Amino acid sequence: MSALLQLDHVGRSYPVGGFFARRQLQAVKDLSFTLNADRPEIFTIVGESGSGKTTTARMILGNEVPTSGVIRFLGQDVAAIRSRKDRLAFMAKVQPIFQNPFEAFNPLTTLDFYLYSTARRFLGLRTRAEIEAAADKALQHVGLSLVEVRGRYSHELSGGQLQRIAVARALIPSPKLIVADEPVSMVDASLRMSIVNLFRTLRDDLGVTIIYITHDLSTAYYISDRVIIMHKGDVIEAGDARAVLGNPSEDYSRALRNAVLPPDPVAARRIIEARLERRRAALTEAGT
Amino acid sequence: MHATLKPEASTSSADPVLRVDNLKAYYQMNYFGVSREVRAVDDITLTIRRNEIYGIAGESSSGKSSLIKTIAGAIRPPLRVVSGSVRFDFDGRTLDVYNDPEAMKAARWRHLSYVMQGSMNVLNPVRRVKHAFHDFAFRHMGLSPSAFRARVEAHLERIGLDPQVLESYPHQLSGGMRQRLAIGLATVCEPEFIIADEPTTALDVLVQQDVLALIKDVQMRLGSSIIFVTHDMTVHAAIADRIGIIYAGRLVEEGPSQAMFEQPQHPYTAHLIASLPRIGDTTRRVSLPGKPPNLADPPSGCRFHPRCPLAIAKCETESPPLVPRGEGRVACWRAGEVAAA
Repeated sequence: MSALLQLDHVGRSYPVGGFFARRQLQAVKDLSFTLNADRPEIFTIVGESGSGKTTTARMILGNEVPTSGVIRFLGQDVAAIRSRKDRLAFMAKVQPIFQNPFEAFNPLTTLDFYLYSTARRFLGLRTRAEIEAAADKALQHVGLSLVEVRGRYSHELSGGQLQRIAVARALIPSPKLIVADEPVSMVDASLRMSIVNLFRTLRDDLGVTIIYITHDLSTAYYISDRVIIMHKGDVIEAGDARAVLGNPSEDYSRALRNAVLPPDPVAARRIIEARLERRRAALTEAGT
Repeated sequence: MHATLKPEASTSSADPVLRVDNLKAYYQMNYFGVSREVRAVDDITLTIRRNEIYGIAGESSSGKSSLIKTIAGAIRPPLRVVSGSVRFDFDGRTLDVYNDPEAMKAARWRHLSYVMQGSMNVLNPVRRVKHAFHDFAFRHMGLSPSAFRARVEAHLERIGLDPQVLESYPHQLSGGMRQRLAIGLATVCEPEFIIADEPTTALDVLVQQDVLALIKDVQMRLGSSIIFVTHDMTVHAAIADRIGIIYAGRLVEEGPSQAMFEQPQHPYTAHLIASLPRIGDTTRRVSLPGKPPNLADPPSGCRFHPRCPLAIAKCETESPPLVPRGEGRVACWRAGEVAAA
């Protein structure tokens, strides 16, 4: 049993404020978890804005250096990667997927360019036929084909399709780990499930471990194996996804859990009415 | 055509506040002699009652934002109204949006207001919030500056904001506070009709319920009608009285939210509801095959047929009309068979 990714008491702080009023903002405090190399899983980080979940993703990708603690990927310290060769080898194993597919792709560049350049850089392919074969293979995994994508621009496709192309691009170097930062929050609710289902397929068929970062608890419950809930840089609760999200024990996680509206008019309406009552009660109290 | 601003004998609460008849609005473009037409709003007929929250659902680029822009009379070329009418009924006076621009100008904000998409960003970043209130509402309220200020402060307090925020700049406020301000801005004149375009989409989960409760509270207090647009069906479940589903520029189903969630009549609606994830349920959700239709070149017949699990030969050639069914209306040749499938 070897560790794919190991976070060992990782922290990250940023200086904020002016020259005289300088303080340290702890974006991530003492975060530890281990992903197992032998058992691919979907590991979910849940939290609202400012919880430190994106900082964590950036540190795992090596875009940000932790101020304390160590991140090890297959035993190697991510912050200590220096040479271009090592860096490329690391990037081939760890690939990102970003939040907004409309911003991730340049609107003036055809989408196949991204697939070709990834194939050229990480697989070392040189001939046109090899490169196209690699791009097509990756697109097949996400239910698309090169014929549909070749020569297209990002405005011609829907958010769901673009996000699938982003996943295909990430799959080209056969990564071990995909870090997906809010991959569905900019995608329509009706297309969301196609992306989320795709992650399941990647885990089961290709053995890719996925770090899924989200604030949406219902999709988190739907696909995750393990989950951690973060709040202001602290881990509030961690463990098996069904257990944690189905039956949260901490106050904060319970509040998050209750913030999910059920897809049922009667129950959802009751929640909103209860809120309304509380609001009115608070207002009359303040008025008297 | 229609007499505008005609006084009516009586305004009963059963009278619809908005009537949209056979509305068609297309984006018409002409580049280098090649003309292109995008049918974003295609033959939509609907009415909105007084004191009602009407939810409009549909995927992006289905034409839902174009529809409400057309309803609000806030359209610019290349979007043009091709045919049909939009008529409001305020205080028993009929207001035809596309026949009487002067009356429309007077009614705007006073009777009809708008919570914009991404309204977190509508506030001018270099001016204090109080200027936004002054710009939008002062002219319509007819109050002295000090009375206006008092009114705005009381209004903010009612929606749960400290009047102190009037002196802040937008960047000093959180997303939830800015969203509340946008709602406050739209409701300070106590309008009879509010259009809200994706007001909760950019918000954190924890704030979303508060904002929804606020919208409901304002609506109940003012007794106004709201058109609420979002692609998130769970939000519709929480506050909409009736829901209209838009697919490729057409209204494909409309009905009371309760009935729609229990028994959707159109296969697209059925898919939207069935694909919602629920906590406590991990059974695999199917995702819709195919891609969203191109409105410049929509599929023949029923526009949903290339992606529809129930499509038959008739669907490819004949477009189904929107007909009453049960408590609502639906446009599908196989409407009765959806529940069974």
